[in-house]
Amino acid sequence: MKAKIYITLKNGILDPQGRAIQQSLQALGFDSVGEVRIGKFIEVDLCETDATSGETTIKAMCEKLLANTVIEEYEYEILET
Amino acid sequence: MTQESKVLPQGPPTSKVIEQHGLSEDEYQQILKHLGREPNLTELGIFSVMWSEHCSYKSSRIHLKRFPTEGERVVQGPGENAGAVDIGEGLAAVFKMESHNHPSYIEPFQGAATGVGGILRDIFTMGARPIALLNSLRFGELDLPKSRHILKGVVSGISSYGNCMGVPTVGGEITFNDIYSKNPLVNVFCLGIVKKDRLLRGLAKGTGNQVLYIGAKTGRDGIHGATMASDSFDDASDKKRPNVQVGDPFLEKLLLEACLEFLEQDLLVGIQDMGAAGLTSSSCEMASRAGTGVDLDLAKVPRRESHMTPYEILLSESQERMLLVAQPGKEESVLAICRKWGIDAAVVGQVTDDGFLRIREGNQIVAEIPAHALAEEGPRYERPAAPPSYQEFLQSLNIDMLPDVKNPADVLLKLLASPTIASKRWVFRQYDHMVGTNTVVCPGSDSAVVRIKGTTKALAMTTDGNSRYCLLNPYLGGGLAVAEAARNLVCAGAQPIGVTDCLNFGNPERPDIMWQFIMAVEGIADACRAFQIPVVSGNVSFYNETNGLSIYPTPILGMVGLIERPEDITTQWFKQAGDHICLLGETKEDLGGTEYLKVIHSREQGNPPWLDVDREKALYTCMLTLIQKGLIQSAHDCSEGGLLVTLAECCLTNPSELFGATVILNQDRLRLDALLFGESPSRVVVSVKSEHVKQVKELVQELGVPSTELGQVTQGNMDITVRGAHDLPVSQLSLSLSEMSDQWHHALARQLEAEAS
Amino acid sequence: MNIGIVVFPGSNCDRDCGYVLSKVLGQTAQFIWHQERSVKGMDAIILPGGFSYGDYLRTGAIARFSPIMDAIVEFAGRGGMVLGICNGFQMLLELGILPGAMLRNRDLSFICEEHYIRVENVNTPFTNHCEPGQILKLPIAHAEGNYYTNPVTLSSLQANAQIVFRYCDREGNVTSQANPNGSLDNIAGIRNAAGNVLGLMPHPERGAERLLNNEDGIYIFRSMISALEAHKLLQPV
Repeated sequence: MKAKIYITLKNGILDPQGRAIQQSLQALGFDSVGEVRIGKFIEVDLCETDATSGETTIKAMCEKLLANTVIEEYEYEILET
Repeated sequence: MTQESKVLPQGPPTSKVIEQHGLSEDEYQQILKHLGREPNLTELGIFSVMWSEHCSYKSSRIHLKRFPTEGERVVQGPGENAGAVDIGEGLAAVFKMESHNHPSYIEPFQGAATGVGGILRDIFTMGARPIALLNSLRFGELDLPKSRHILKGVVSGISSYGNCMGVPTVGGEITFNDIYSKNPLVNVFCLGIVKKDRLLRGLAKGTGNQVLYIGAKTGRDGIHGATMASDSFDDASDKKRPNVQVGDPFLEKLLLEACLEFLEQDLLVGIQDMGAAGLTSSSCEMASRAGTGVDLDLAKVPRRESHMTPYEILLSESQERMLLVAQPGKEESVLAICRKWGIDAAVVGQVTDDGFLRIREGNQIVAEIPAHALAEEGPRYERPAAPPSYQEFLQSLNIDMLPDVKNPADVLLKLLASPTIASKRWVFRQYDHMVGTNTVVCPGSDSAVVRIKGTTKALAMTTDGNSRYCLLNPYLGGGLAVAEAARNLVCAGAQPIGVTDCLNFGNPERPDIMWQFIMAVEGIADACRAFQIPVVSGNVSFYNETNGLSIYPTPILGMVGLIERPEDITTQWFKQAGDHICLLGETKEDLGGTEYLKVIHSREQGNPPWLDVDREKALYTCMLTLIQKGLIQSAHDCSEGGLLVTLAECCLTNPSELFGATVILNQDRLRLDALLFGESPSRVVVSVKSEHVKQVKELVQELGVPSTELGQVTQGNMDITVRGAHDLPVSQLSLSLSEMSDQWHHALARQLEAEAS
Repeated sequence: MNIGIVVFPGSNCDRDCGYVLSKVLGQTAQFIWHQERSVKGMDAIILPGGFSYGDYLRTGAIARFSPIMDAIVEFAGRGGMVLGICNGFQMLLELGILPGAMLRNRDLSFICEEHYIRVENVNTPFTNHCEPGQILKLPIAHAEGNYYTNPVTLSSLQANAQIVFRYCDREGNVTSQANPNGSLDNIAGIRNAAGNVLGLMPHPERGAERLLNNEDGIYIFRSMISALEAHKLLQPV
């Protein structure tokens, strides 16, 4: 299976990159642009077939290494391949 | 050796395929002669890259012979990964400069980053630990959004790669001109230190020795331009090949540490970076230099992608890879060090005695070419050269038609804010210029100075080149670049000991460009000979043109100077109020090609100032004598922007405080603008403690250098009075330090942060 | 003193720290490869600056799982002195030995320049040679030095005098203009509650020689050596 993991800064934490992009987009005339958040996208191939245990593994990876939960939060989706 | 096995035939290439490989009919005939048969497609590809301008220097090699390359200190001259110069105490300084212009236009961040990566590998393959990077950059004017985008990308690319490697970027220079808006220049200089007797070379010596591949896996990166129509070449090749190479500074840092461990344990016979034309050029050059052959098995090459053809593996320009030849029986130790650092490594072949580069894939020979033919017997051209028809127009400038300066204060402020002259702090604060704890003089003085740990010595380094001078008069421009570089070093208290060059020009098939090239090379060669500074390495970058518009001829010099004692290290900024300010050298009516004419009168015309090599040499001797006797406080070379800009920089660049100056200038018979903003060479502004003034004057006179006392360092404004005939004041200006400092310090940031409208 | 400097793949300032400790201060500096599992015989440990694992994923995030780290956590737990400089500070945060995390610099770029910091607590083994409120000038060189923690943790850092260095101007005023990277409360360095672990973003090893025009970093190293010597005197022989 394949997991797609999205990591972003927690709400409320200043995201200077997001803010810079927001300003650039507005300067380019995209007036409808509101807040922009930037994050990381990580794709992981897993040699597992059981969805539940796959999910447990992914969660553990995020908690342990992929996200720093002091400042970041994560979401993931698991795709059967 | 299975002599009987045949080279895999792929059918003789069609003339279309030959043309797509950029080979002329004549060159193809030479290939037939070397092989005694038709080449297959893989072999054609190999010849095509090895005989390209980039690898073979076919248009330039004849002319480069003019450079003086020998000297007492030269340990390694041109022809290796980098040059090396003896700095005493058993040590050598290894250095080289290289261009990465085209890739930096296509993808500024990765282009510049991989440029830094490439030059670093050139240095540490020689066994030297790199201790300093400098870069010479040329961009279009910053009012173009595209130029700002390129500059920001290039700067962050250099910063990202150099910082991660832990090699400080200690200096360099940047100038701006719209001629570079579609062809920016990124020239990177690197210097490393090695024990002289441990210098490694790119030699594949010793029949039977194992050839190892270490570093990144091979992918389809940057395989040379021509799109192949051939049948045997489209297995997985439908997809567009990634022409942008991506750098991995972390991997390169591991390679660096591993290579230095090989050296420490004395495991290698030879080593070479896989740069342009990757595996092909490194293997055939190493064999050719050693007079041997190399037998490689592609099946053993670590790969990142599947279904790669021999053609692709051989021509891939994936970054961060090295080819090395181990000493007999030391292969396992090499592999163990690679394992320690987590680097891929494999034995991929061995050294042979038959002079052939022989490539196998398993049992099948896919290419077999005499290594020497590839590396050394490529075509050589003495291309036609003639001065361009527009040269006369460029040099024609009737200065009398231009009004003299009315308000010098305004002009000075404008010049201080012009990005070529303004402070480059916005750029160099993004470079880690202190890692390594050797940087004595940080970016912002005439030269960067780096101490050599374990000795009392230091090295000064600078990169210089004025392309406008070279456009107007390439011979003079070349010589002036050498003189300015040497002057920058001397101002830092250093004796110039060697130079590397990066020659950036347009299309050499055009006679006018070839003429520029030949003249500039002559100018550089003559000046280096006159100043006895050997050229130990270098690089030529041709075809710098977009839509038929060529860049200005831009030879850049990276020069290195030796300082024996730390107390001789000298900086450009004023040190204390009350010191006397003197100008060494003479100001003449030199307005041709100046920054002043460009910024104020929008003209890039005239003849650059004449370089009097004897006068220049006398100045060097004089400066070094004064510095070694401890007689001067600061020394700043007078260059772009002229005397007034030089004085302003002396006031503004001290990192801990600003100083003012009270200066009186005599106009003599000069135009006011020539006096204040002209760019006569062979001039230095020094400051001297009052108790040393007398001694300095006597010494300077003794050494035959003209000098003028200008005034004193103060804590107030920069006050300049110009006196004409009968000492009557002609012009007077008083500029507050805060006003000058605001223009000079912040101009670049303001222009870069301006939002596109 | 025997001071261990841990070398990670991508460490850059390991040799610089070693040079200062051995050549400038006459101590014994020992390099410890990150794959080792023991810090036996060390009087103190330095986690040096650099780009461990290329700073890929997050600064310090991968190095934090190096085999040596268990021994360092244990060493710190026993009261052993640990100094994390720049990337080493980031590792201490990832390890959770120090609270908080690093964000990208406010202006998003890498910054290398000298900055003033004010010594906020001199009762630490890293600052006992400093005067209260002393201003040091030290180079910073980082892209991720924008310290962040939640308000509760910040209050406890403040209440327990765990903020050891704050960015300030030349006169010692802690202002937002003097803050180079947007760091919360101008934090440049913090210690743990027990006081034996310090993390800071500025590089004291770059300010330890007159030739390099900066000797302010010496205060920090001398403080460490004095603290270790005092500690040794108390040990039963």
